[in-house]
Amino acid sequence: MEIIKLVSNFAIPCMFFCIIAHGLTEKVNVYDCFVDGAKDGIETTLRVLPPLVGLMVAIGVFRASGALDLVTYALSPITTAINMPPEVIPLALMRPISGSGALAIVSDLIKNYGPDSFIGRLASVMMGSTETTFYTIAVYFGSVRIKNVRHTVRAALLADITCILASLWICKKVFG
Amino acid sequence: MLNYIWAAMILIAFTVAAFMGRIEQTTQAALDSAGAAVEMSIGLLGVMCLWTGIMNVAEKSGLVNKISKAIRPVIRFLFPEIPSDSPAAGAIVLNMVANILGLGNAATPLGLKAIKELQKLNRYKDTASNAMCMFVVINTASLQLIPATVIAIRASAGSANPFEIIVPVWFSCICTLIVGISAAKVLQKTGNNLKGCSSGRRYYNGQRRWFLWK
Repeated sequence: MEIIKLVSNFAIPCMFFCIIAHGLTEKVNVYDCFVDGAKDGIETTLRVLPPLVGLMVAIGVFRASGALDLVTYALSPITTAINMPPEVIPLALMRPISGSGALAIVSDLIKNYGPDSFIGRLASVMMGSTETTFYTIAVYFGSVRIKNVRHTVRAALLADITCILASLWICKKVFG
Repeated sequence: MLNYIWAAMILIAFTVAAFMGRIEQTTQAALDSAGAAVEMSIGLLGVMCLWTGIMNVAEKSGLVNKISKAIRPVIRFLFPEIPSDSPAAGAIVLNMVANILGLGNAATPLGLKAIKELQKLNRYKDTASNAMCMFVVINTASLQLIPATVIAIRASAGSANPFEIIVPVWFSCICTLIVGISAAKVLQKTGNNLKGCSSGRRYYNGQRRWFLWK
């Protein structure tokens, strides 16, 4: 599993190297381009701030009140059956519905259990490897007024379940 | 949907808190979380800027177009009904590459263009074609090469190695994509719920596409 860690560490440097080298060979002013693009980063981050405050407050009170413990307790038969930490269940439920909601849960889990705990790593992998299913379906089909989406939801949810199980399996293999 | 989930979480939380006698801690948690959200956003800010900056270089230097050419053959397998030189195929490829590179701001407009082009080729305007279903399923799975946001959260939380999740994410993404694509391919034949278009069904399986392009 050392190779996985090695490739993970080299992925970003390689990408930066290739992109900047390619920019230079194409005679693009890479620095100006970078600065110009970095502005978008500020905008993107500020745009998610208000929903993030709302959702992190909701998750914070849900956890502190003890309601989250009740939910994880109620779902524990399922999570023990597939050998999954019950703490990540809320993330699995939120991920297909809301991107910023899932982001809020991930940061809550990382804050409470640490980024290098098994739960923190599993939450990171789950967050990184799927998109907000229902939002995507609504935006794309809504834009062209499709009413009958046929098998889209079934196929997408099957993919989401696969994502949860695959993330769990690979995290056990690599970080277990 | 989020409207109800958000409201339910807060209402349930305060109800449970009242029963458990944890009102004080819960109120405190509300205030702490609001502060934590801002702290996290500030922690994310630097990495997000770095990321969007680098990706702007990729976009402006024409790297996106180069990769698009390379992955074009994949389109023929995924979307057999779409002619490979149509504007739909072009938009789909660009959307995929933007997703792979994590160009979130560019990916959505390209995706909207792609679905609009697919709608032009669609025979039943209120029903999704096979190609549209496949396109949306691929977009609901994630193709991201570098999960920048997650890495940023991990880095700002003081992880010893924020990047160690990259390869596991790839693995999980590929599994998700394989299942999503297979499910879409299988369900478009078996679970077909096209209402009142029995004659169109053969076209949806890609056999009568000739009539469509005339």
